[in-house]
Amino acid sequence: MENSEERQIVIPGENIVSGDNFLPGEGAYRDGNDVVAKRYGIVNISDNYVRVVPLSGVYFPRRNNVIIGTISGITMNGWLIDFGGSQNAFLSLNEVPRYINKNELKEFLDFGDSVIVKIWDTQSRGIDTSMKQRGLGKIEGGMLMNVNPNKVPRIIGKEGSMVKIIRNATDCNLTVGQNGVIWIKSNKIENEILAKKIIDYIVENSVLVGLTEKVEKYIKSLGLEIKENNLNANDDEVEIIEEETDKEE
Amino acid sequence: MVQEKSLYTQREGNRKFDEMRPIRAKVGIVPSSDGSAMFETGKTRAIAVVRGPRTLHPQHMQNPQKGILRVSYGLMPFSVWDRIRPGPSRRGDEISKVSEWALSSVVDLKAFPNSVVDVFIQIPQADAGTRVAGLNAASMALAHAGIPMKEMISAIAVGKCDKTILVDVDYNEEHFEEGEGPTDIPLAVTSRKQNIALLQLDGKISPDELKEAIKMGKEACKQILEIQKKALKEINTGDKDE
Repeated sequence: MENSEERQIVIPGENIVSGDNFLPGEGAYRDGNDVVAKRYGIVNISDNYVRVVPLSGVYFPRRNNVIIGTISGITMNGWLIDFGGSQNAFLSLNEVPRYINKNELKEFLDFGDSVIVKIWDTQSRGIDTSMKQRGLGKIEGGMLMNVNPNKVPRIIGKEGSMVKIIRNATDCNLTVGQNGVIWIKSNKIENEILAKKIIDYIVENSVLVGLTEKVEKYIKSLGLEIKENNLNANDDEVEIIEEETDKEE
Repeated sequence: MVQEKSLYTQREGNRKFDEMRPIRAKVGIVPSSDGSAMFETGKTRAIAVVRGPRTLHPQHMQNPQKGILRVSYGLMPFSVWDRIRPGPSRRGDEISKVSEWALSSVVDLKAFPNSVVDVFIQIPQADAGTRVAGLNAASMALAHAGIPMKEMISAIAVGKCDKTILVDVDYNEEHFEEGEGPTDIPLAVTSRKQNIALLQLDGKISPDELKEAIKMGKEACKQILEIQKKALKEINTGDKDE
């Protein structure tokens, strides 16, 4: 029963497994002797822990996810961030790695500013985010684009491999928010447009098998080179974020 | 004057009394939505679109304990032979409300406080049984939107023409005025526990006949569930397997 290779798609109310050995995780519940799907998605069973990974729909915030959002409100001690989910996230003043005058929150982040933040709590009231890590902070310059949040794993690739390919080919800095917002930043706007084109291509052609080859072919058709090990000074900065988001997946 | 035989003996297109019209279901028909589905039985067609969970405004309507479900049902102006005035109507509001009650018995919005899930049901073509077609589409669309649900909902309109109990009545059968006249029973059944989520009755029927009708309806709902399941599992979720 360990991680069967075939992807089993379930609909709500459908039996996943029967028996007392299994624990219902995210997207599943127990009904008598059965573990039943609560959501439409792909079954993932590891160590008797049954999860249903959603296939479509809006973004569900999870702990340790890096998200990109815009400031939609300012409160007494922090900011409200709209990231396209069911509720707004909160960025507390204490979670910003520098001193800010409490009366001048606007000086640091104003309405409409875009930020990269990390979710550290979804359990208690609302969604709490933090900016205390490398790679997080206010977005300045570059380009933001929106994709379907369910395609984000495809864009990141295994351990960030796909992002690495795009970054090396186009000389762009990429930050992929788990909520489907992507920040592209480069010195040249042409490079940013190329990176956007490649991401659009991935979203439209997200096959499970052989996506990397397909994307590499497409990058070549755009007249770009695929460089293997580009030691860019900014590389590790973005990688930290991706690795941690991958663990949660 | 006791009349033994039913006056209604032959259905259109040689359909059996417990046979449904040809069904077609498709998921993911509106790309801009969070979830969408189409459900068609015979000439009746329903489209359901789900948006959300998203923050609910005005704020005083928000529930801090769980999210709320909002359903709106409407016939498109050209859906019937005569034109229907667009916009909210008494009938539309009522069907919205009963659909909402039926669907809220299965959706679980505890994880989304202060937010709303909107379900929009539109009928581009009507030939009786629109509310059940709408419920079937809405149930698929909600699943497609990734909303947590304990189970699915399948719905069917059973009915009676004179003394004959029928499954999936069409417009002509709904207006069969001979003998005991027409009876229309929209019925929605949950997929797992086989609970009744919606039961309405329009017309006359004896308790025994009603039991029989519900039994036939539940049987039909099982078939509909299989079609819904197939439609959901078939859709291209972006991960094209080649």
